[in-house]
Amino acid sequence: METLEQIKARVEQTLPPVKLDILPNECPAGERSLLVAASAGFAVAKFLRDDAQLRLDYCSNVTGIDWPDKELTEKTKVKQVMDGVEKEVEEVKKTLRPGFLEVVYHLYSMELKHGPVVLRLRTENRADKTRLPSLTPLWRGAELQEREVYDLYGVIFDGHPDLRRILMWDGFKDFPMRKDYVAPDDFEYEPTPHDEVLDAAKKHYPVEAKPEVKPEVKA
Amino acid sequence: MIEAGLKNELQKQGVYVTSLQELYNWGRANSVWPLTFGLACCAIEMMAASMARFDLARFGAEVFRPSPRQADLMIVAGTVTKKMAPLVVRLYNQMPEPKYVIAMGACAISGGPFKQGYNVLKGVDRYIPVDVAIPGCPPRPEALLHAIMTLQEKILNQKLTGPDRPRHLNADVPGEFPVPVCGEHDLEPPNNPQIWQPPAIKR
Repeated sequence: METLEQIKARVEQTLPPVKLDILPNECPAGERSLLVAASAGFAVAKFLRDDAQLRLDYCSNVTGIDWPDKELTEKTKVKQVMDGVEKEVEEVKKTLRPGFLEVVYHLYSMELKHGPVVLRLRTENRADKTRLPSLTPLWRGAELQEREVYDLYGVIFDGHPDLRRILMWDGFKDFPMRKDYVAPDDFEYEPTPHDEVLDAAKKHYPVEAKPEVKPEVKA
Repeated sequence: MIEAGLKNELQKQGVYVTSLQELYNWGRANSVWPLTFGLACCAIEMMAASMARFDLARFGAEVFRPSPRQADLMIVAGTVTKKMAPLVVRLYNQMPEPKYVIAMGACAISGGPFKQGYNVLKGVDRYIPVDVAIPGCPPRPEALLHAIMTLQEKILNQKLTGPDRPRHLNADVPGEFPVPVCGEHDLEPPNNPQIWQPPAIKR
């Protein structure tokens, strides 16, 4: 199969205004992925499916990721003159990266027996602009998985034939797989709570036994 | 009531004496028909219990009824999700009295390994009264047989009259329980306080 750089170059050649990014992956598997702007997502996916050299006719997996707002810190070394002596001082630059939702597609070719190509689409933010093009018209197998991403993350897929909740009930308003989701408080009965469960259970058990303080043994 | 020694002596002579209560409970205890109703892997063990090797028929409980109208026993075999909970309560309400519930496995008792999940009910006893609980994940078929025997013992000891008679003989006690509604964030109400209160834990 072509490398991601070759695929990127050919996509940008065939669909001129489209720009792709190749996202690095620092984990040992090193599986890199193609990041596509949401507006061009459908056209690029169609190209990947129909191109004679790629023929990525099978979408094996659709999954969602929630990226909340994150403060990025960048450390740079700056030379400063202090009291006539030149010194290197570390300068910390903080930037806020606004959060977004991401949908990842894993594409394979049954015909040419190669893959995967990992395709990523990102929404503008996590609050009101969470629309992405649906790729179900291209790969029918993505239908239920896109419904699941909608159900648990709240990504709205334009062009999906039947976008409903799939695991939770219809009247449910939250998106439980988001990082800031707060689960309903039903910790009234926790016989052996620990960690976060202990914190949640404490509200229901205001009186807490104090740990026994052992008297110090004098030598 | 007839004395046990006299009754025994009479039986040796071929005279059988019993009370209506004993006859009634004997009949009920030996034909507990469960509802065909499985939610997760515990249901596989329940099926195994009803097959030839474990043979639930020895206890008269092999007639799994596909309709709640004909069932006496609901074996809650598996994880009760919040989406499923209203349906479980509705099925229970549709069963005729006298009716019993076995909570089979860790999930039905407390939510089990999924207890901290956003979508799992932390024990079916929050909405319907449970008669016998079987621990295990999943419990072996023998454990289900033991639960059926425990339930039979419970049925045999129920009184026909008196203040402690069971619910189905007491017109003042309702046999139906409110069905929870799937709300915007959780089930509403999150439990039925009339039958479930959090057990007191001393810390």
